[in-house]
Amino acid sequence: MDLIVETFFNLDVLREMYPFLLDGLWMTLQLCIVIVPCGIVAGLCVAILFSFRFRPLSWLVIVYVDFFRSFPPLVLLIFIYYGLPFVGVDIPDFAAVVLALTLNTSSYYGEIFRAGIESIPRGQWEAARSTGLGFLQTMRYVIVPQAARNVAPDLTSNTLEVIKVTSLASVVAMPELLRLARVAQGLTYNPTPLIAAAAIYFVLLWPLVRLLSRMERRMIAGR
Amino acid sequence: MDKKSPILDVQGLRKSFGGLEVLKGIDLAVHPQELVFIIGPSGSGKSTLLRCCNRLEEATSGSIWVDGVDVLSRSTDINRLRQRIGMVFQSFNLYPHMTALGNVTLALRKVLKLKRDEADRRGRAALDDVGLRDKVDAYPYQLSGGQQQRVAIARALALEPKIMLFDEPTSALDPELVGGVLNVMRAMRKSGMTMVVVSHEMRFAREAADRVIFMDQGEIVEEGRPAEIFGNAKHQRTRTFLQNVLAG
Ligand SMILES: Nc1ncnc2c1ncn2[C@@H]1O[C@H](COP(=O)(O)OP(=O)(O)OP(=O)(O)O)[C@@H](O)[C@H]1O
Ligand SMILES: [Mg+2]
Repeated sequence: MDLIVETFFNLDVLREMYPFLLDGLWMTLQLCIVIVPCGIVAGLCVAILFSFRFRPLSWLVIVYVDFFRSFPPLVLLIFIYYGLPFVGVDIPDFAAVVLALTLNTSSYYGEIFRAGIESIPRGQWEAARSTGLGFLQTMRYVIVPQAARNVAPDLTSNTLEVIKVTSLASVVAMPELLRLARVAQGLTYNPTPLIAAAAIYFVLLWPLVRLLSRMERRMIAGR
Repeated sequence: MDKKSPILDVQGLRKSFGGLEVLKGIDLAVHPQELVFIIGPSGSGKSTLLRCCNRLEEATSGSIWVDGVDVLSRSTDINRLRQRIGMVFQSFNLYPHMTALGNVTLALRKVLKLKRDEADRRGRAALDDVGLRDKVDAYPYQLSGGQQQRVAIARALALEPKIMLFDEPTSALDPELVGGVLNVMRAMRKSGMTMVVVSHEMRFAREAADRVIFMDQGEIVEEGRPAEIFGNAKHQRTRTFLQNVLAG
């Protein structure tokens, strides 16, 4: 029993290494703070471009969404991180991670918004357009607010996914939570920092998970 | 402009959906302050006719002029024109995420670009006109169907349109709520609004319409004063339709 506590829940190790973990947490948060809004904005643009119902544009959107949804985000990240310098594009580490994960997640956000926009009855469009609102005004004031509300659970669930996927950045030595926890583990020959990192992820994600199930229940009750 | 020139002037209007021709050459002139009633069986093209007038539906051929503006011309600013054509739908189509006042003021603020307090003032006045002064802050789900439809009317009225188009404004309402909406329409008529109404409210047509138009299979079969159409229709098709409708 003592061995287990000493190995996995070693407070001395934790006391020594928590600055690493905090640094890692901060980097993870920075990644999320940039990637989630970028992904949402890009996804919304993708969905709006699709709803113009202009064939070539819709086609491009479908290619974009399908491509990045079927491309494993880790492969995409490695490709951008190690591949781009080969062709002379020098991109900072942080930007490489943001770019890869934004491309990936915007395709998911895009699909969610598209479904949301299509869930709004035609009458809403007609009422708005008949009062002289333009296409983008109708989108902005009438359609998107309702669509976003309808797909709020899916948006939340995808946001959860984004936060988890930032741990992929450890592969390219980005000093985020998982990466620094592993560094701490290496320095101390003790897995406690990993346990701590897992606990931090849990504390970060659990409120969102709760929120998600609350929303899902409310959506079902609202039917 | 000549006082007698029509507000709405439709000539030779044709509309096809794919191979199906649903309007087969409609001629219709609506003059200032006129209330024109359109009746006809389901699928006869009544909604399509109204929807072509503000280009919710693209006409296949013909011409449509509203208040001296060529609706079908490519150079017409359709969003500007639509401010002058109020439209009321069978299903109300209120924005569910906005209050009654929000519904009424959206276009005032974003299309007419009025300042918020000016838009609110006009929005409140419009809601007052339809008897919903005390419902400005209510959301659509908090309102009865009749109240929702009156908000929808206020939303169109607030833009001070030259003409109002009603597509079965009372068909989705419980019978006891119809009267409130018709009263609003009566008041609009009294204040001189030009109106085109598609509806099955024959009693209202008899009492309020200047002219009744009977459409069938994409054509205007006949038109006349309500007494003529209801009492003394020339065409068998009209008489059959009226018998069916009046028989319930
Ligand atoms: N978007 C569309 N695509 C294809 N056909 C359509 C479309 N809209 C209407 N139609 C067809 O056009 C015809 C006329 O429809 P419209 O809605 O104008 O009739 P209506 O007189 O308003 O009937 P109702 O009393 O049932 O409302 C119908 O046969 C309908 O099926
Ligand atoms: Mg109809």
